[in-house]
Amino acid sequence: MPYQIVVCGSLVPDPLQTLEPVQGPAGPALKNEMMLPAWLDPWAGHALYEAAHLARQQPGSQVTLVSLGPKAKLQQVMMTVAQKVPFAWVALDGAAGGFTDPAETAAALAEAISALPGLNPAQLLVFGGWESATRGAGVTLQTVAERLGIPDVFLGVDELKVLPDGALEVLERIEAGRHLISRCAGPPAVLGWATGNLPEPKNNPQIGMANMRGVLPALQKARPVQIGAAGVTFASVTLPKQLRQTRTVKDASPDQIAAELIAWFKS
Amino acid sequence: MQTLLYLTATETDGSLGQPALEALGAAASLAAALPETTLLAGLVGAQVQPAANQIASCGAKRFLAVTGTDFAASRYASDAAAAAALIQASGAMLVVAPGTARWLRCLPGVAARVGGRADTHLTALEVVNGQVHAHRWYYRQRMEGVFTRAQRPWLLLVDPGSQPAWSGLPGQAVLEPLAVTLPDHARRTTVTGIREPAADAQTIRPDAKLLFVAGAGWTKKQADGQTHVPEAERLIRDFLRLSRASLGSSKSLVDLGGEGQAVLSFLSHLNQIGQTGATPRHPKGLATCCHGEEPHTVGWRFINERRAISLDPNCGWARGKADVLYVADAFRVMDRVNALLAGEANV
Ligand SMILES: Cc1cc2nc3c(=O)[nH]c(=O)nc-3n(C[C@H](O)[C@H](O)[C@H](O)COP(=O)(O)OP(=O)(O)OC[C@H]3O[C@@H](n4cnc5c(N)ncnc54)[C@H](O)[C@@H]3O)c2cc1C
Repeated sequence: MPYQIVVCGSLVPDPLQTLEPVQGPAGPALKNEMMLPAWLDPWAGHALYEAAHLARQQPGSQVTLVSLGPKAKLQQVMMTVAQKVPFAWVALDGAAGGFTDPAETAAALAEAISALPGLNPAQLLVFGGWESATRGAGVTLQTVAERLGIPDVFLGVDELKVLPDGALEVLERIEAGRHLISRCAGPPAVLGWATGNLPEPKNNPQIGMANMRGVLPALQKARPVQIGAAGVTFASVTLPKQLRQTRTVKDASPDQIAAELIAWFKS
Repeated sequence: MQTLLYLTATETDGSLGQPALEALGAAASLAAALPETTLLAGLVGAQVQPAANQIASCGAKRFLAVTGTDFAASRYASDAAAAAALIQASGAMLVVAPGTARWLRCLPGVAARVGGRADTHLTALEVVNGQVHAHRWYYRQRMEGVFTRAQRPWLLLVDPGSQPAWSGLPGQAVLEPLAVTLPDHARRTTVTGIREPAADAQTIRPDAKLLFVAGAGWTKKQADGQTHVPEAERLIRDFLRLSRASLGSSKSLVDLGGEGQAVLSFLSHLNQIGQTGATPRHPKGLATCCHGEEPHTVGWRFINERRAISLDPNCGWARGKADVLYVADAFRVMDRVNALLAGEANV
């Protein structure tokens, strides 16, 4: 059965960068936020690769990536993401930082999804990362589901299987390293992905060329959206007292270290 | 007068687990600290009377319940219907719930349904000048924010492990059942089971005192120019068996599996700690053959005492991320640790 797979995915600062909070005009922000190199949000990336994998298995399926972020940054991130897997792209130009309210992001995403031409709920699967690496809230996708009237939501998904009768078998992460197994009658459904099972695809210049034909027009069409955190007042945003006084033990024998560790385990 | 609803699901036996009791502790303290606030309890599950009795003395004025087989399993549509009904029936403007996988999935959607907002992964709740302030981390545990919110109902999901659990005397609570009829579309999903490793192969142990992290160094060429993956596997397995520690991993090590290299057979992405992995809570953590880079160590935010064994004296752990760094060969150290632990076990 062909699916319409819509993936919600935006960008995050490179995790190897030092992040520092500052007070901006509308609340907290990151120091030099617009200068920080950006990446595709990792769990949203897994959702995108899983979407492309499912689309390959189900002929006639389409993947549409919907991204809400500052236009210039989206353009930068698309240069690599576009080379990974084939997709159509819809961009919304707005804030994507950690201090925005996921409910506002979700409202803009749901509006963009409902405006997709030829949308058919009987084929619709909405994917995304189960949490962003910015807010880390895990709120956006359920809010999108409610706004689109989709009754089935799965979060922390590591596996999706289409069963012979068209039902979906979904494995979600639950406590203590276990997975909950559910069977859903079929689309529409919303799935927030954890890591899944696929490695990151290698860059493929041919896919990149095909995707880029759609990327520039999508950027030009990117609608500005106002995303903030109305109603939220931050009292403080602080970095943790990070540094410990590390004691470096250099010349101890394995026996000495082992004895010290055992004493520590028991303390 | 305002109402604060403590909302939770019961375990299969109808009782409340540790995360639920922790959220109750937070809810009860908040209700006590806020002016003119009444605490109510909302319980969801196949049967909830044991849970209500368990917390009969928590100070809740009423115990509302949505029960029945439809509400036994963790399913978005039925959980959302139950939670929305409880919030609406209670008239609560504040809702406190445990941040379990079940409620993290459902309550953000419920917030949208009841016209409110949900905040997740809260690590502390306090009252400042009569207002609720919530603490949570941003950018994957890199910075901590404290905030308040104007929207109501405000659904507050408390991170398990972050609060002291409520304790008090059991009693006989009077339940007020709420009838919730599920529409057909809420039954499109059925929970068919749980996949988990066999008990002796389960390496993720949230209650363990110690987190043991394995890094990619275990699979790298060692001083003799060879890799020693089977030996690494044996040493780690033996240590987990003898110490009952929980096993974490760096991303580089779990990713090797996807790239077709020899890798430790019992590791999966569920073990991964860090930016794109888990942020578990344990009193102590020992990192081995791991470089301690920032995307990994952000996952150690809630590990109190930290030690590391690495050959590299300039690794990330040396730079203020661990309390103690042993510059040593983890193969040799863990071999001795296991010998000592095995010796103790045989005494
Ligand atoms: C978007 C993004 C997300 C990421 N998310 C995560 C994440 O969630 N979790 C994560 O872990 N990483 C994450 N990373 C990767 C991270 O930056 C590091 O690359 C990774 O943590 C390195 O893993 P490692 O320390 O095990 O391996 P390495 O960097 O290869 O280090 C191996 C260490 O083992 C030591 N060693 C070797 N042999 C021995 C021995 N016999 N005894 C003692 N020590 C020995 C070496 O000296 C070295 O220090 C992410 C990166 C990006 C870009």
